[in-house]
Amino acid sequence: MPHASGLMTDLSALDLSRWQFGLTTVYHFLFVPLTIGMVLLVAILQTTWVRTNNDKYLKLTKLFGKIFLINFAMGVVTGIVQEFQFGMNWSDYSRFVGDVFGAPLAMEGLIAFFFEATFIGLWIFGWDRLSKKVHLATIWVTVFGVWASAYFILAANAFMQNPVGFSINTEKNRAELTNIGSVLTNVVALNQFPHTIVASIMFAGAVIASISAYHLKRGQHVGDMRTSLRFGLWASLVGGVGTVVTGDGLGLAMVQTQPMKMAAAEALYNTTKNASFSIFTLGTPDGHSELFSIRIPDLLSFLSTHTLSGQVEGINDLNAQYQTLYGPGDYNPVIWITYWAFRWMIGLGMLSALVAVVGLWLTRKQEAKLPKWAWNVAIWSAPLSLIAISVGWLFTEMGRQPWIVFKLMKTADAVSPGINGVDVLISLIVFTLIYGALAVVEFKLLLNAAQTGPAEISAADEDADAEQLTVAY
Amino acid sequence: MNYETLQNVWFLVVGFLFIGYFVLDGFDFGVGMALPFLGKDDTDRRVLINTIGPVWDLNETWVIVAGAALFASFPEWYATLFSGFYLPLLLILAALIARGVAFEYRSKNTSVTWRKTFDWMIVVGSALPALLWGVAFANIVQGVPVELRSVSHSVNVSGTLQTLTSQDHIYTGTLFTLLNPYGLLGGLVTLTLFFTHGLIFISLKTDGDIKLRARALATRVGIIATALAAAFLLWTLIAHASGQLFVFGLILSLIAAVSLIAALWFNHIGREGVSFALMVLTIVTAVGSLFAALFPNVLPSTLDVNASLTIANASSTEGTLTLMSWVAVVMLPLVLLYQGWTYWVFRKRITRANIPAGAH
Ligand code: HDD
Ligand code: HEM
Ligand code: HEM
Repeated sequence: MPHASGLMTDLSALDLSRWQFGLTTVYHFLFVPLTIGMVLLVAILQTTWVRTNNDKYLKLTKLFGKIFLINFAMGVVTGIVQEFQFGMNWSDYSRFVGDVFGAPLAMEGLIAFFFEATFIGLWIFGWDRLSKKVHLATIWVTVFGVWASAYFILAANAFMQNPVGFSINTEKNRAELTNIGSVLTNVVALNQFPHTIVASIMFAGAVIASISAYHLKRGQHVGDMRTSLRFGLWASLVGGVGTVVTGDGLGLAMVQTQPMKMAAAEALYNTTKNASFSIFTLGTPDGHSELFSIRIPDLLSFLSTHTLSGQVEGINDLNAQYQTLYGPGDYNPVIWITYWAFRWMIGLGMLSALVAVVGLWLTRKQEAKLPKWAWNVAIWSAPLSLIAISVGWLFTEMGRQPWIVFKLMKTADAVSPGINGVDVLISLIVFTLIYGALAVVEFKLLLNAAQTGPAEISAADEDADAEQLTVAY
Repeated sequence: MNYETLQNVWFLVVGFLFIGYFVLDGFDFGVGMALPFLGKDDTDRRVLINTIGPVWDLNETWVIVAGAALFASFPEWYATLFSGFYLPLLLILAALIARGVAFEYRSKNTSVTWRKTFDWMIVVGSALPALLWGVAFANIVQGVPVELRSVSHSVNVSGTLQTLTSQDHIYTGTLFTLLNPYGLLGGLVTLTLFFTHGLIFISLKTDGDIKLRARALATRVGIIATALAAAFLLWTLIAHASGQLFVFGLILSLIAAVSLIAALWFNHIGREGVSFALMVLTIVTAVGSLFAALFPNVLPSTLDVNASLTIANASSTEGTLTLMSWVAVVMLPLVLLYQGWTYWVFRKRITRANIPAGAH
């Protein structure tokens, strides 16, 4: 089809690649937060069981361990796609930054992924082949693997937000690594990591609470589920408070490294002191057609500088500044997206934290009887923090545009020069179809496992040779 | 270590990681392909899948690490190869996704159609990558149409705006360029070789009837694999081995051929442990001979020698390679150690008695 491909090359290899990368990455990151958060919470439950020998905690470990595993499989298969795509769709990006960006990625593989994949296998199948203590150790090593992989991938991402530790080789047209220490201690990575971890714990806690509420509403497994309900709610609340504290740090790091993104988050066009933060704007936030807004005075200045009167740079001034530095062009991201994504991230996350607070208050007494609607709120509010996480990433990644590596390379220069639109269209369709189908299956399975609830622990479980109780495919 | 040695060492490390991947995921692919041949009923199929249950994920991780190591040590190779082989890689990804989720999800429902669907996803998801990796590597050795194209973009280098230009290596073929006779033969070799490898693994890990059937099938598939592999290795030596490592490549191919035949013999007389070890040796030496044939190129161009990607022009800087070497020196032995421990923990044979009667 030489004709069709000729047409599609100029038209859309870039746009389609962006759609594909955005789609597959957001999809990958629907599963990762539950993995990051749940692995810790399951490890805590299992540790409690080993310490107290109370079967209740074993049942909970197994139930939430199952949820963790169903989810983990999806994280793994979608993760491979992510890694291949840098070369497939963004080969000029890979050529330009490979010397720097490849290092944390390869470290992630060698240091974290092997740990994760090996010890998760030992944990799943090792229930009756390993001693209680060694088996417990395998889940903690998995926590280490999962969190370490999150750190390295975020360090790679942070290089795109705030490139450090490199020099430009003008002859070879590429960035070359000069200091791995700076890459791994990038101020953006140092702040992204705790923010992502606590957000993930928040979501995993909400999932545990949601499943527990489902059974409590029906009066099933009341003893076990009350414990897990409060455990989940506490995790969600601690995570929620954590996102605010760490988000504050991340905001400061962002202003320092990418002032344009903070200006875009508030749709602040002109440099201002005592800048206010709008909770809500009616009309488009393009600086001209504001009809109505609710504002908190000085808050934007406070978020950006930790002083009420601090000066916040505006989009127009930054744009002019960038034009003199980087040549003519438009250097602002799509403002309505960054504006609303920032608000939805905070808003939905705080709503989820509110649910946790109210839930903890209502269930503070052992025999608390709750109305049906309260259980329903607990059940259905689980996705709030997941949506907050996704839009948070939309904000982070789209707020970086038009750059793929801030101040160094534009997204338009990064796409593979050899690929054509037809190929990308095919892959985009294939991924959309597969991912769509998998989403349905995965959701059904999670729902099914959640609704079945904790299994009774039979005497055979104690039997060291009861191999049949290991997972059978 | 000087820069040139370091580059060669990383060529070896990338080779090592891909060989590790083929040795390990190779038998997973074989077990997946064996489902319709050896799995008479659902219990049989569970036995088969349980032989790789605890390890397929860590085996597959080898390709992720190999890919990431390729990215870090030879960015130009990674970029050219992955964007050039776009559609085959898409197929491999789709297959790996299908296989991975099928392993995890097939047991989650008792309905016959549910199980059948996922079983077929395992079979296709195993056979397709087994074939396509062979096609891809054969084409890498053979060379593909790669041209030089100058690409530029502007960067602010310490205060001044500069337009930087580089010569990118760009694959100009299509999917069908790769489906040439030599490439397809390479694919059939890996397909049959991994199938044999998996069957011998099954006879090592199971007992009773299924073990005997695996052994018999391994002999038959193994003979086809031997014939195909002999033809392929001869073709490689005659047509594609560049001078430098010719003798070394020849020795590796000979070892591969002899150990494959020996593996089949030991399988036949029921010594599956020895047979499996020999299969590992076969895959190590066979893939090793491909890397030897490639050296010092990493992706030869069939259009213009100057457009060939070599170890020297595709690698990252000395600093990055030195850093990665330290990471590899510390981590690889540790990785081998704890992965070995995993295989030790799950060393027991799996039989029908291990599948719970009421399992669903
Ligand atoms: C439950 C989810 C959640 C909640 C409640 C919050 N965040 Fe967040 N935020 C994320 C989940 C998230 C995230 C999805 O995880 C991001 C994307 C990138 C990252 O590292 O974390 C993120 C990014 C992100 C960034 C962008 C960093 C960058 O682009 O470099 C900033 C400035 C904040 N957050 C600030 C906040 C503040 C001030 C919050 C509360 C007051 C807040 N976040 C609550
Ligand atoms: C280490 C982690 C990450 C890296 C290296 C990374 C890298 C990239 C790259 C290469 C692109 C394509 C070029 C572009 O359009 O800018 C991109 C875009 C995008 N990424 Fe990320 N990303 C990472 C994490 C994430 C996560 C976790 C999410 C969401 C859950 C995400 C969401 C997106 C979206 C939505 C786009 C499309 C933006 C647009 O095209 O305007 N990214 N990212
Ligand atoms: C866009 C860039 C990304 C790439 C290239 C990528 C790559 C991968 C790969 C290859 C895997 C499979 C690993 C295995 O087999 O064990 C994976 C899984 C995982 N990824 Fe990503 N990832 C990306 C974004 C992210 C981000 C931003 C995070 C965390 C903050 C993350 C955290 C994880 C975790 C924790 C897992 C393992 C758990 C699971 O599979 O659910 N990933 N990723």
